[in-house]
Amino acid sequence: MISTESNLVLVGVNHKATPVEIREKLAFNQVKLEASLEHLVSCPEIVENIILSTCNRVEIYARVENSDQGIQLLKDFISDYHGLSRGSLDQYFYSYRDNQAIEHLFRVSASLDSMILGEAQILGQVKDAYSTARALSSTGLVLNQLFEKAFNVAKKVREETGISERGVSISSAAVELAKKIFEDLENHSVMLVGTGEMAELAAKHLISYGVKTVYVASRTYERAIALAQTLNGCALDFDTFKEELYRADIVITSTAAPTFIIHKEMIEQAIHKRKNKPIFLIDIAVPRDIAPEVNDLENVYLYDIDDLQNVVNANMEERQKEAENAMEIIKEEVTKFNNWFSTLDVVPTIIEMRNRAEEMRKNEVDKTLKNLSHLSENDQKAIHQLTQSLVNKILHKPTINLKKKIQSKDGHVYLKAIRHLFHLDD
Amino acid sequence: MDKISFNLSLFSYLVASVGYFVYLAYRRPLVSTLAGWAVAFGLVCHTVTIGIRSSQTGHGPYTTSFEVALFLSWLIVVVYILTEWKYKIKDLGAFVIPLVFVVLLFSAFLSKETTLVPESEVHFWLTMHRTLSIMGYAAFSIAFAAGIMYLIQEHQVKTKKLGIMYFRMPSLEVLDDLNFKVIMIGFPLFTLGFMTGSIQNTEMNQPFFSWDLTRTLPLVVTWLIYCLVFFGRMVVGLRGKKAAQGAILGFVTVVGTYFLHIL
Repeated sequence: MISTESNLVLVGVNHKATPVEIREKLAFNQVKLEASLEHLVSCPEIVENIILSTCNRVEIYARVENSDQGIQLLKDFISDYHGLSRGSLDQYFYSYRDNQAIEHLFRVSASLDSMILGEAQILGQVKDAYSTARALSSTGLVLNQLFEKAFNVAKKVREETGISERGVSISSAAVELAKKIFEDLENHSVMLVGTGEMAELAAKHLISYGVKTVYVASRTYERAIALAQTLNGCALDFDTFKEELYRADIVITSTAAPTFIIHKEMIEQAIHKRKNKPIFLIDIAVPRDIAPEVNDLENVYLYDIDDLQNVVNANMEERQKEAENAMEIIKEEVTKFNNWFSTLDVVPTIIEMRNRAEEMRKNEVDKTLKNLSHLSENDQKAIHQLTQSLVNKILHKPTINLKKKIQSKDGHVYLKAIRHLFHLDD
Repeated sequence: MDKISFNLSLFSYLVASVGYFVYLAYRRPLVSTLAGWAVAFGLVCHTVTIGIRSSQTGHGPYTTSFEVALFLSWLIVVVYILTEWKYKIKDLGAFVIPLVFVVLLFSAFLSKETTLVPESEVHFWLTMHRTLSIMGYAAFSIAFAAGIMYLIQEHQVKTKKLGIMYFRMPSLEVLDDLNFKVIMIGFPLFTLGFMTGSIQNTEMNQPFFSWDLTRTLPLVVTWLIYCLVFFGRMVVGLRGKKAAQGAILGFVTVVGTYFLHIL
């Protein structure tokens, strides 16, 4: 039998309540994913389904015959498929239906439900999940529309709020600062003083944003050479790096020196040689390598590890605030989608259509019977029965056909037509 | 007719100013697009106003204080649109268009009387002098806006307090580059305007150069400031904060000079 209901449900686990030991057991790899989609869509209770499986979440979105049964079925499926007992997993599962399911998907796609708020990866993962399901024809009208909408909402959130624009790691905050000082990093150079792991990470990040020239200085020259090789840069002798400082637009220090190794005078000279071209100093060494008064110099910007951490913290807070704005957008979009979604629900329309016909029939029959008072009660009953079955006969085919057609791609057009032809929205 | 177009352009710039501020604070792409259209519509009305005025007076819009303000604000919008097109700094509008609005609003209170300019050699030099100077001032006004943006951005990066503007505004390098480029265009224009003004003086049988305390001296000061900013960058690498401050100071003296002239 073809469903006439549009029950949307979602069952899943995520990083918030479920430890990684459980999540990894519940993950679907690509092969499992495809088999599962096909299996689920062959279940008579499930009309459409999409499985989203990432390292932080496993979720099944489905349109089902009956919400309660559908949710149980999906929970059973996830447990059985991975050979785990339902009882052990129940505490981790969450399930949403209709409105809440829509809102959840929008939040997930817009990265409001992510471990790192606003990270960009999740949207790509949702898109992949959707295209896999679509390729296997396990989706239909409703989920197609829902997921396409979710991508739009995610884009809108990204464009209209600052949720993704603030770096939330030390190295991304450093890159952001570099881009606010230099704009295009391509023609700029970076010098590493010390070969700490964090410094290397930050340098790699800068290189990925286009920095081409890299200098590496270390007390152990061999280490400088080794790191210079991995970064495709050139090694400097530790005694000479001070004279070469002026060449670098960005300097990252991470030595184990117990006292400052870069003083105000050194940077003063460098900046003079650079004809006041700005210089960005990142000191991630503890104890610090660069004297803090260096920041007093014009066109010099010095950030130590605490400064960067403060920037990261402030950015996190800011993302949290932006998340509130994002929620407003999402709420608005859920309402919009829901309006469309509710028109899909064919049952109320059929009931309304029948009620309208019944109302008309009753009015007309009553009017006629008033003038035929000589008829016995039985005769009157017969007339009622006759007209009732007449109306039923007339409406029978349209009802059946509507239920069938609503499943097709342009199902909502039929629904709209019926509502229009029978004046149901007046 | 010219009154209608004048008021329409004034209103459009007000709408655009508000729009750009809303965009700066709340980032709604639609608002920025609307503000852009408001500027475009304002410019069309503005152009119509200048066209009507010129056909009435029979010469370009540079003889009375009203015309100068009308022409200057028009040129600022033109330079702004060109800059925006080249640099794609959306938030520049929040700093430039309010300035345009103020200049135009101010001009509304100036006398609308027309002056006749005799057809002569003097007319040519006057036209050159005023047009070139006003073009220079328009460029300086963009440098002024870029300078203010630079100082705001520089302050945030330096003090490590990265507010909302930090993310909205372009990098220091872009702002410094914009400052340099517009002064590179504006300064020669202004200098030529200055020279043609002197030639006009001699044509009018006045001394080539006069140390008039209210008229010439402020202009010389203005010229010296931009000269320092201009050559300072080329020779000793005067850039960044100092260049931004120079552009702001220069524009303040331009405004001061204008008021000394009309008083």
